[in-house]
Parts: sequence; structure tokens; C-alpha cells
Amino acid sequence: MKVMRPSYEMKQYTLPQLLKLRAEREGERVALREKDFGIWNEYTYADYYATVRDFGHGLLALGFEPGEKFAILADNIPEWVYAELAAQGLGGVSLGVYPSSVPPEIAYVLDYTDAAFVLAEDQEQVDKLLEIRDQIPKVRKVIYEDPRGMRGYRADDWFLSFQEVLELGREHRKRHPRAFEERLAAGKPDDVAHFSLTSGTTGKPKAAMLSHKNLIHMGVALQEVDPLEPTDDYLSFLPLAWIGEQMMTVGMGLTGGFAVNFPEEVETAMADLKEIGPHVMFSPPRVWEGIQSRIWVQISESYRFNRWVYEKLLKVGYRAADYRMRGESPPVALRLAYALAHFLLFRPLKDRLGFLRLRRAYTGGAALGPDVFRFFHAIGVNLKQIYGQTEITGIAYVHRDGDVRYDTVGKPIPGTEVEISEEGEILSRSDAVCLGYYKRPDATAELLEGGWLHSGDAGYLTEDGHLVVIDRLSDVMHTASGEMFSPQFIENKLKFSPYIKEAVVFGNQRPYLTAFLNVDPQTVGKWAEDRGLAYTTYMDLSQKPEVAELIKAEVARVNEELPEPLRIRRFVLLYKLLDADDDELTRTGKVRRKFVHEKYADLVEALYGQVDRVPVRAVFKYQDGSEQAVETEVRIHDLAPVPEPVGETR
Amino acid sequence: MAQLSVENVTLVFGGLAALSAVSLEVEKGELVSIIGPNGAGKTSLLNCISGFYHPTRGRIRFEDHDLTRASPHTATRYGIARAFQNIELFSGLSVLENLLLARYTHLNYGLLPAALYYGRAQNAEIEARRQVEEVIDFMELEPYRKELVGNLPYGVRKRVEVARALALGPKLLLLDEPMAGMTLEEKEDMVRFILDIRAERGTTIVLIEHDLGVVMDISDRVYVLDFGEVIAEGPPEEVAQDPRVLEAYVGGAA
Repeated sequence: MKVMRPSYEMKQYTLPQLLKLRAEREGERVALREKDFGIWNEYTYADYYATVRDFGHGLLALGFEPGEKFAILADNIPEWVYAELAAQGLGGVSLGVYPSSVPPEIAYVLDYTDAAFVLAEDQEQVDKLLEIRDQIPKVRKVIYEDPRGMRGYRADDWFLSFQEVLELGREHRKRHPRAFEERLAAGKPDDVAHFSLTSGTTGKPKAAMLSHKNLIHMGVALQEVDPLEPTDDYLSFLPLAWIGEQMMTVGMGLTGGFAVNFPEEVETAMADLKEIGPHVMFSPPRVWEGIQSRIWVQISESYRFNRWVYEKLLKVGYRAADYRMRGESPPVALRLAYALAHFLLFRPLKDRLGFLRLRRAYTGGAALGPDVFRFFHAIGVNLKQIYGQTEITGIAYVHRDGDVRYDTVGKPIPGTEVEISEEGEILSRSDAVCLGYYKRPDATAELLEGGWLHSGDAGYLTEDGHLVVIDRLSDVMHTASGEMFSPQFIENKLKFSPYIKEAVVFGNQRPYLTAFLNVDPQTVGKWAEDRGLAYTTYMDLSQKPEVAELIKAEVARVNEELPEPLRIRRFVLLYKLLDADDDELTRTGKVRRKFVHEKYADLVEALYGQVDRVPVRAVFKYQDGSEQAVETEVRIHDLAPVPEPVGETR
Repeated sequence: MAQLSVENVTLVFGGLAALSAVSLEVEKGELVSIIGPNGAGKTSLLNCISGFYHPTRGRIRFEDHDLTRASPHTATRYGIARAFQNIELFSGLSVLENLLLARYTHLNYGLLPAALYYGRAQNAEIEARRQVEEVIDFMELEPYRKELVGNLPYGVRKRVEVARALALGPKLLLLDEPMAGMTLEEKEDMVRFILDIRAERGTTIVLIEHDLGVVMDISDRVYVLDFGEVIAEGPPEEVAQDPRVLEAYVGGAA
């Protein structure tokens, strides 16, 4: 058996054609694993294809036409990719909806994309669809994966189960044995395969139309830089509606031929990670930050001797990391010390996390703090930044091994051209650039103007070809005195503090900069506990004067790194965490700046006023729809202007 | 014939009648709630059904078995399981171990196969684990499978308590205030679990609960106890209108 390795030859196929090829040539290899009832069940490429084929026949029996859209509203389960590839095999288009979405969001997406079929994971998702049923008349069938609690829905022929579709498919295949494969063979690499919804920090989400070629090119090109083995393992635990997970599970998975593992439940992902021990990972910064802060919390709860050893050894790790990230070999003494640290601390630590076999790990989607970066390199995790938009299949730039820098996003992957426009915008061109936005010719024209993908990000290239991203072009702001600044850049600096979870910086056309800050309930909660500081709710914790002092010190530290006009003068500690359910964040966790500004307009004005206390009326929405209002007072915190260094340099 | 029938049960402690001539019938697959003010005798009644107490007078029958003098483990063997109000789990064992222990009544291999972990012992253990994993999946306890019960938050421990009862594979499930002290969200989850247990497993459920909203929402029938007597019985909407119930709950004003 000769295993197919990634090659640009693959660009002549569609994704489901590639799966069929693997099923024929290396059918007995493990393609997917899913943990169910506590056991990892394996599915070979032959099983994988057979299910896709049967499901495809089932869709044929239900009247799925070429070009129709198949929406998937589920956590990461094998059925997600079965349905995706079956729909694509029939010349249809798959699209993912975040399972955490609320009904109005789902209604918008399904209506805008003209989805004809929906795969919903369970009763919870089905109930959301029922709630918006009158707004989605184009949805002909809803297929549910988990039959639990669905007994009462049986009478309604809008619904049928995944198993029923498979049975329909097997019946259909007996009568029309070649029907699926004929449609599959008719697929062209330039056909639209998948809609990936852009996170939509501004306005409604748009669907980027990705072709088979886009996904396959990306998978092959990235593996040219960072090769993987067909025997490698990968854990698919981030939403498949997100382009990053889509590119790893489908684009990389089918081109690389490694095993894709699905966790038991969303909540068990970290435990499953440990059991699988993947060879490659791609997660947004919050996952890496989360892992680091968990280690930090556990170590700080440990005995003093353990902490002492940990800190000593971590220092060795940091020193070695600085060499290795530059691709240099550390001096012999340091190498020896590192070997000891590895043996005593890093190896067991990585084992606990499931990182022992990790060849590389990627972070992308937002900026990751240098501290977090260095930490992972110190313990021996080869963490690299990647950069790209949904519209370029998620990735176009990556750090090369031994050339990892905190301030850049790496170099273009093979087949990617880069240019910086006169306005300073990053432009890219490659076979992974999408075909445009669905039903949005206006936005498509802007996006692909002149044959280049307009990222909307301001950036520049360093002399040795690394790309540096500054901020969204449209997000660059000016203070009243004309000083240019990037709020996101400052927010990221603030968020690098372990105590600050979220930050929103204001100052456009204002005399000075201010910020909303969310304290991190975990770390600050622990900090308060350690000091015997009693608190009840998040609101209570965030308004403690002691906490304010702690955060003030953190902000002052960040201010030291900023030029005088761009320092944070005043801030408030928000009484609630910014939340996607309240529209304050996007589903991918980015702040909706304008919305937050409008929602908390009183607080923003107060930041630029004279008062230092603002009465607020907070309304909390509960999951059952009931509301509770709490009256409280939010304090505005001033930072003493940092004294200019006088006389010392004279 | 009802699956469970309690006939004129009277339970006397010294001079105090905890239950006086209580009769109750539960059909197979029914969800029946028992409500009543504190000290009305709700838990005493469950204790009689599950064999912890034996009634002074009267008779209790479950399917073809006479439970009047049955011990708790006999009741368990007949297919009655109970989740306790004050969580009765081994806090030093993991969730998985607690649930496996609950299945011990179904294990019947001898000492030698057990020592060698061979033949019937192995098969029985594999089957036990499979059953328990199904319950873990059902009660959505996967994230806590290997955690010590003592380290879990209260709401999750309550869920484990119900799971432990469920692991016995009961025909009749007695739930003693499964939602006491829970947050709104945890309550909603528990209600969903209870409804699913009945719908998916066909288990008959007798529920004691203080949250009247929940009781009125999910019960097929409700029994109201007051001072050890059944003062009303029937579908929730009828019971809610019953003047005696209003009096017991609200006082004479109604």
C-alpha cells in the first residue's frame, strides 16, 4: 500500500474525490476516531468514504440538487465531515454555523445562504430551528444526529435522523448504484465547496465562497513548509464553522492523510487532548492563554519548594528558547541545563497537557502575547504564528522553524505572493484566495480588486521578508491632537496581563486615551482568595478597591511602554464580562467596538468628564429569557501622570 | 393493575403517626409527584417504598412483589432505585467508581474468576462498564468521569446521585428533591434529564419536589400530603385548584 503524500497534483481533484482516492488506495488506514461511551472508535478511510457515499445517496433520495447549500449546526463529530463531504460530492456547498449561535443569528445565516438542508446535532439545536421555523422557509429538511429527546418530533416530517438518511441512502444505492459516484466524478476543483462565514466585527456576516482548490492548495502548501506524517494524529476540538478548524480537519486532513480525532464532548476536549497526544495543533490565542493560566494557577497553589523549582527551571527554558526561536544552538552549559529541566519538568508537564508528541503548534486569529509565546517555547512547544483571513482559507503566512519572532506573523507559504498597497494595506495572491462573497458582488469587488486579496489590515514587510501586522486599516484612530494609534495594539498589551481578560481602548478624536477593562475572574478571583478578600459575584469582585489598585499597577506597567500621548489616563472596570450572547463580542471572541461604545455611552462620556463615580443600571438576561436589573455604582480610576524623567540624562 | 400500589399505609414512630392510611397508585411509565409542606411525610413514604422503613399497617406492592416487609436490597433487586436528598455517594471515589459500585447487584461471579479476572468476571465487568458509560452519556457526566465526587460542585454531585440510581437500571426511580438548592440553569437541566429518563428509558418516576412550578410542569399526577395524610390527588391543574391544598400551602386565608 502506497500512502498518498501531499502534492500539488491533488489540486486536480475535489475534496470528496480525494477522499475516494484514499479509500481506494489506503482504505484500511485509520482516518477518523471518535470517543463514545468512553472508548475511542476508529473509522478507516474505507469506512469514511462509505458513510459519505451512503449519506450522499440519502440526500439524493431526499432531492438534494447540485449547487444547493447544506448547513451544519453541530459540535465536532464525524457526522459533520460526513455531511460536508457528501453535500460537496453531490456538487453542493457545505457551510458551518457555530453551535453556540442564538436563533436570530442562525435565522439570518440560513436565510442569507439559501440553505436547503440543515444537520443539527441534537434537541438543543433542533429547538433553536423550531423557534425560527417561519423565518427559514427555504430549509426543506432538518437532519438530527442525536435522537435523544427527539421522540416528540417524530410526527413532523421536517425532521429525520442521520441514521434514517443513511438507510434511505442504502436503499437508494441499491436502485441507483452509480448515482452518487457519477455526481462525484462531475465535480471540478474550481467549484464552490464550502461557505465560511466571516466573523463580522462590523455588520452582518458574509459567506466567503471557498473552492475545493482553495482548501487543497492551502493544505499542500502548508505541509510543504511543515511536513506531517500520515501516521500523525490531530484533535479536532474547535468549531468546524471556523476556518482554522476547517482547514486543519478537511484541507490538511485530506491532503496529509493523518488521523483526525473528535473529542467526546466539548467539555472533555482538554482531557481528550491528553489521551490523543496530537502531533499538530492550531488554536486561537485564548486557548494558549488558557492553558498557560491554568498551569500558572496550579503552580501558584503548590508548595513553596515546587514553585521554587518550577521558577528556576523555567528560567533555563526561557534562556534556551531565546536561542532556539532564532534558530541558534544554545551554548553547551545551557544545553545541559535544559536537558535536566526537560527531564525534571518540561517533559512531565507536556505529558500532562498531551503535548508530548507535538511537532508544531500554531496560533492565529489574533495577537498572542510575547510572554505566552516564550513560555511555550521554554517548555519545548514549537508554537508558531500564522496569519491569513477566512478569504484566503485561513492561512497564508507562517513562521518557519527556528525563525520565530513575537512581532511578526512569518513569511508567505509557497504559492503566495504578498504586496503592501500605498495605503499600507496587506495584499495577497494565491490559489487559496476565495471566489468572493455569496450574493455580495459589491463586497467581492472590493475584496478582490485588481486580482489581489485585500486583507483590510495595515502592515509592512521587514527586510528579511517577515510580515508585520499593525491593525485593521479601518481601526487605526487619531487622538484630538492628531496622534495616530491602534486601539487593538494597546488592548493586546493590556490583555497580556494575566489579570486583564478583555480591554476596549477609546480615544478617537479625544484629548487622551481611556479604557474599559474586564478583570479575569479566574486569576483575579484566585488573587482575591489568597488575600482573604471576600467577594460574591463578578460585579462585586470587579468593584473592589483592592482589585482596582492591582489593575492600576498593571495599566501603569503597560503605560511605561507607550509614548506619553498614548498612555491610558482613566479606566473603568466593567461590572460584567463582555459576552457574545450580548452582542458585545463576535462568536470568535473579538470586541464589537462600536456596539460596546454605544451600549456603554454613559461610561465613555464619564471617562472624559469630571466625575469619578457613575451610577449604572445593569440588566442581566438569563437563559430562560427573564431579566434582572441591578443598580450599582461604577468607579472611574485615574492614573497619575507618569512623571517625565527629569535631570537624569542631563 | 398499577405498577406500584401503596394501600392504607400507616407508619407510627412511638406516638407520632408519620403516615396515616396513605394510599397511592402509580402506573407503569408515569411521572408522579408527591408534594406537601415540610414534615408532611413525603420522605417517610419513599422510605417505606424503598424498604428503609416498614409500615406499621397497610401494604405495599410493586409488580408481583410484596414490598411491605422487603429490605432495601430486595427492593433494589425488584427494580426500584432511589436518589437521595442528601447525596449518598462515596466522596473519595471517582464518578465512574461510584456508578460501577451501584451495579454490583448485577454482578454474580465467584471469587476465583474475580481473582483471575477471567471468563464470566471479565464479561460481567465489561458489561457493567458499558452500562455505566451509557448512564454517563445520558447524564452528560463525561467531563467528570474520573474526578473524585468530593471535588465536584454541588449541582454536579446531584446529577451523579441521580446517575447512580439510574445505573441500577431501575423500573421505578424514586427521586427525593433532586433539584433542591440548585441554580435555575441546573434545575432546567435536571428537568430535562428527568423527562428524558422517562421518554428514552420508559422508567416510572416518583418525584418529591418543593419547586411547585417544576412539579406542575412535568407531572402526570400529583399527590399532596399534609400531616401524613393524602389531602388531594390528581392531575396538576386540578390539584392546584383544590381548596385543601391552598389551605395547606397558603394557610387559612384562601
